[in-house]
Amino acid sequence: MANVQNTAVKTAAATSNSMAVIAPLAGWLLPGLGHLIQRRWIRGLLLMLAVFIMFFAGLGMQGKVYGFNTGDLLDILGFVGDIGSGLLYFIARAMDWGAGNIQRAVADYGTKYIVVAGLLNIISAVDAYHIAIGKKQ
Amino acid sequence: MTFELSHFTAAVVFSLCASTVFGITQRNNTRDMLRYGAYCFALFVGGVIVASWAMWLLKH
Repeated sequence: MANVQNTAVKTAAATSNSMAVIAPLAGWLLPGLGHLIQRRWIRGLLLMLAVFIMFFAGLGMQGKVYGFNTGDLLDILGFVGDIGSGLLYFIARAMDWGAGNIQRAVADYGTKYIVVAGLLNIISAVDAYHIAIGKKQ
Repeated sequence: MTFELSHFTAAVVFSLCASTVFGITQRNNTRDMLRYGAYCFALFVGGVIVASWAMWLLKH
């Protein structure tokens, strides 16, 4: 009986350990996925919706998507923020979206939208990690 | 596809999305999430309105 309980505890611990790695990675790659794979359906969908709306509204406003750079500090930070969107960022880069438009005032808002979408997604991925390790329900 | 948002609409959309993420990630149960999300949204939009009036007063 004790052996069965020990095995069950070990299995649960191993699952929790692997989830602690998989959940934040999945959440980073696809916004909300870290919550969805832990059966937090509504939270996952809301997070996905929030990040997707921010990212695509930013692109719609002709915001700029930063590439990897070693130039101006703000450009480097822009890249760090952008890459937080995970797969969305790589798709945008691959499709050549987000060239920016300095002639439109709203395009600058778009650039900030895209950066903040990435930063919000990082917060979501950290939250998925907290759920995986049992720090949060 | 491009679209034009007014400054206020852009601020409201931003506030809505950021408040949603803040509410979900910074609180532990559904009720607190809703309350904190609404609180953040009110602060975001309230801050925008206060800042707009401050800029209007500076200009005039």
